[in-house]
Amino acid sequence: MNAPLEDSLFIAEAYQPEGDVVIDCNVKTIHYGDFLAVRDSAVPIEKNRITGFIGPSGCGKSTVLRSLNRMNDLVDGFKFGGHVHYHATDIYKNNIDPVVVRRYIGMVFQQPNPFSMSIYDNVAFGLRLNKYKGDMDERVEKALRGAALWEEVKNKLKNSGLSLSGGQQQRLCIARAIATEPDVLLMDEPCSALDPIATRQVEELMMELKESYTLALVTHNMQQATRVADNTAFFSVDISRGGRTGYLVEMGKTQQLFEQPRESLTKEYLSGQFS
Amino acid sequence: MSKSGVSLTKSIELPSLERKFMEGRALKSLALTSLTWFAAFLASIPLFSVIYMLLVEGGARLDLEALTELPPAGFELGGGFGNAIVGTLVMVAISTSISVPLGILAAIYLAILEPRSKLAETARFLAKVLTGFPSILAGVFAYATIVIWTGTYSAWAGGVALAVLMLPTVTLAAEEAMKQVPQRMKDAAYGMGCTRTQVIWKVVLPTGLPGILTGVILAVAGAAGESAPLLFTALFSNYYMSELAEPTASLSILIYNFSGMPFENQLELAWAASLVLVLIVLVFNIIARLIGKPKY
Repeated sequence: MNAPLEDSLFIAEAYQPEGDVVIDCNVKTIHYGDFLAVRDSAVPIEKNRITGFIGPSGCGKSTVLRSLNRMNDLVDGFKFGGHVHYHATDIYKNNIDPVVVRRYIGMVFQQPNPFSMSIYDNVAFGLRLNKYKGDMDERVEKALRGAALWEEVKNKLKNSGLSLSGGQQQRLCIARAIATEPDVLLMDEPCSALDPIATRQVEELMMELKESYTLALVTHNMQQATRVADNTAFFSVDISRGGRTGYLVEMGKTQQLFEQPRESLTKEYLSGQFS
Repeated sequence: MSKSGVSLTKSIELPSLERKFMEGRALKSLALTSLTWFAAFLASIPLFSVIYMLLVEGGARLDLEALTELPPAGFELGGGFGNAIVGTLVMVAISTSISVPLGILAAIYLAILEPRSKLAETARFLAKVLTGFPSILAGVFAYATIVIWTGTYSAWAGGVALAVLMLPTVTLAAEEAMKQVPQRMKDAAYGMGCTRTQVIWKVVLPTGLPGILTGVILAVAGAAGESAPLLFTALFSNYYMSELAEPTASLSILIYNFSGMPFENQLELAWAASLVLVLIVLVFNIIARLIGKPKY
């Protein structure tokens, strides 16, 4: 699997961003041990926009997303080839501390994962971690308002974060992530464990959050991509040569991608011919 | 359609839906359920009879004199085992303060840092073997190291012997408790920009605390009741301890000594000491549960 890639492999046409790019992600190869998980995927993340990652299971969309804040470093055998420029810095350079990267590029996970602490302590967690000296109460309230959760929890901040419903827990996790005011928020299928009403609330929240943050969103739900994403990257998985290697097929403005896909593979996927 | 808007399907031939008690499977179920009740009852008989005997026999002599006085000799009347209570508490404190930090640190290595390394596999295997370690051998170990080295029986040696017994229990329980902390909680902490140390310190240990404390209490309860490892490490003393480097009394050895004596007074004190030992373990248990109660 470590053999040089053949020249004939499909490589997606580069997406030309219009606005400022916060993260210029250009994956050449991502390996887990000897397994080539993703190849040749350039996904620029534009400022104050939502970039959606769609594609079938195993296409590497989550892997690429988690490479953007070096969460994959926690996985044994993870090797990244290519570059991820966050502003002017390549975050995969040797002298970069992934811990610091993650303080600027926050993450919301598929399963709501509050700590077993009070609601207040959950939101204050990152602030305390960063030794925030200002008015803690104010920042916690601001974050909870930002996550559209304040009205529901303002009278029970001392209750356990785990006592909330699934949708509330996910919004609590978003509040926890934005409390430290990160620059970028990565969301890995944040609604897949939520019911339609909670999903709608989180989607509305994303639309508000993009005013102040830059978002990247992995979703299994194509309707969700059309509802919230400004740009969409479509990944697919190549099983023709025995492996299961994900790659970028096409990236564009969401409307263009869904209405006039350049690649026939994109068209087939969007029309439901495979998934 | 009937008037109510519900149309019932035509009735079909149904077997009877009522519960039948005399049917084969119902009888079998009844028999097995009764068997489990009986087994549970049988298993609780020894436990309750021990507690009953302790309360009746030990409760009779449990007074301030028994709790504070020194052990009586031969035909003396009265007396107590105050020095043995102090000795047991001190030695358990020594063994706890050795085994708990060591055990928790080892558990962090086993559960989080390198769960699958050669060293971890070996350490885990040895810890499991050590849980079934004959306790008298822990005494031999402490004798060979501390007693011979220092030249005297001591509370130190007793504490070390007990620590050897507590260590595997604490380590394995703490490892299990830390493994129970969901990966997604750790991911969340890493995602917030925690270093590995911060993830362990701020998330894994607080979340796993109830389980860790349960293991510690189990180990303490076991250690407090051990007599074999103390026989030739702490030995016994008829006086209150004045320093850690001298032979030290303990409740378990006192019970062992007195229960074999032909004197009524000593036998009664042995019962009372047994009750005190059980109460000490009970109090530890309650305290640990209060501290370790999951807050959220």
